[in-house]
Parts: sequence; structure tokens; C-alpha cells
Amino acid sequence: MSIWEYANPTKFMGWSGKALPWVAGLAAICTVVGLFWGFFLTPDDYRMGSTVKIIYIHVPSAMMAINIWGMMLLTSLIWLIRRHHVSALAARAAAPVGVVMTVIALVTGAIWGQPMWGTWWAWDPRLTSFLILFLFYLGYVALWAAIDNPDTAADLTSVLCLVGSVFALLSRYAVNFWNQGLHQGASLSLDKEENVSDVFWQPLVLSIAGFILLFIALVLLRTRTEIRARRLHALETRERMG
Amino acid sequence: MPELGKYASEVLTAYGISLVLLIAIIAQSWLRAGKVRKALEEAEARRADA
Repeated sequence: MSIWEYANPTKFMGWSGKALPWVAGLAAICTVVGLFWGFFLTPDDYRMGSTVKIIYIHVPSAMMAINIWGMMLLTSLIWLIRRHHVSALAARAAAPVGVVMTVIALVTGAIWGQPMWGTWWAWDPRLTSFLILFLFYLGYVALWAAIDNPDTAADLTSVLCLVGSVFALLSRYAVNFWNQGLHQGASLSLDKEENVSDVFWQPLVLSIAGFILLFIALVLLRTRTEIRARRLHALETRERMG
Repeated sequence: MPELGKYASEVLTAYGISLVLLIAIIAQSWLRAGKVRKALEEAEARRADA
């Protein structure tokens, strides 16, 4: 069976309905245990004090804010190239979750920055590109809501997603491009032998896994809702036409 | 409750706002899913009756 058959709305509703409770359950376990572990069971950092506990929310949400846009880019490209409706609806379903993740990253970063940097906000490359990414998220959600024809909305939002990807990339790599920013380098990296100390790293990885699973669960749930909403719209239109 | 020292308000505010936002997006997704599913079932029932 071709992988594209899973994107058939009927098939998608079938497999996603079975997967959703498991993904949601795993998301709840990982997120609750990760945040509980990070908040209650880890020591203070010798420089940052107890503000180090903010990383268990800030790092996963910032990672998700960027990666959700990456997922939207992929599904938007699939829509533009192959015209799979479920992929366009998945991108639409993901955007509000991305908005929430971006707000959490910005707010927790500002709360952490005030005592550590002495300022809530700086026009640092990563912070600025993140703020622009947030504005792109808002524009994306607004554009979907503003256009009645779903295919036209999918086309235009896909193009907007392509443009916004520049800022998603900048948000991810700004700390590598520019050295003059306040924001430190990545807390976790595949090419480093050791990132943060194990005592902070283990609950952080669990929190990240929880946020990833939470996002998958929410996207499955919201995409199923979008498919049903489209079917409902078609039935209501047919009823009105008699 | 862990000893949060002089940064207690910052840490608690960060966690409080984040949890409220996470719960809000979960609740909104859940409630809309239920509402749309119910409306679709009613529309399909009307169609079957017609």
C-alpha cells in the first residue's frame, strides 16, 4: 500500500482514531513526569539558581514552535505538489498549537531573562526572529479564517508558510549566525558529547518527548475535527441548496 | 514544594502561565472536536431521514 493512502480522509480517520488515545496517554505521562521531575526533584543551578527550572518548559516549547512550523512547511508542500486535502488540514490544525508554543517560549524566556540578563527583552537575533515567527503564525491563522474557499485558503496559507520558513530557520540558527546576541547557544545538540549536566538533561529530554507527543495528539485530534468540519460544511451547503 | 529562593515568583509565574496556555489549547481542541462531531452526526441523521 502506498504511503499516500494514509492521507485518504477515510483511512486517516480510521488509523488516527485508534492511535489518538495511545499518543494522548503517552503525552500526558511524559509531560507530567518530565515537568514534575524538573520542578520538584532537580537542584538549583550554581549560577541561575532556581530559574534553571524554567528550561523544562522554555526549551521544549521553543523547539516545538520552530519544528511545528517545519511540519507545516512539509504539509504545505505536499498540498501544493500533490493536492492532498488532509495535509492542508493538518497544517491548519497545527498552527494554533504553534501559536501557543511560541507564546510560552517568548513569555518564559522574558521571565527568565529579567533576573538573568537584567531585561525582559532585547533585540537579539534569536529573540527578534522568534517574535517575527510568532507574527507569521498569527498571520497564518488569520489568513485561514479570512478566506471562505478552503482550497484558495490552503494555497495562500501554503505560500505564506514557505515565506515564514525563513524566520523559522533564522530562529533555529540565529545563535550560530550572529555572536553578538544575548541568547546563549543551543542547550541540546546532537554533535556535542555532553550538553547540560545529566541531572538537568534527563527530565529535560522527558519534557521534550512529552511536548512532541502532546503536539502529535493535538494535531491528530484537530485534523480529525477539520475533516469533520469540512464534511459538515458540505452537508449543510447541500441542505441549503435543497 | 521545592525551595525556590529569591526567584520563586519568576519560576512560579513561568510555570503558571505555561500550564494555563497548555490546558487552554487542549480544552479548546477537545471542546471543538465534540461540538463538530455532534453537529456532523445530526446533519448525517437529517440526510438519512430525508
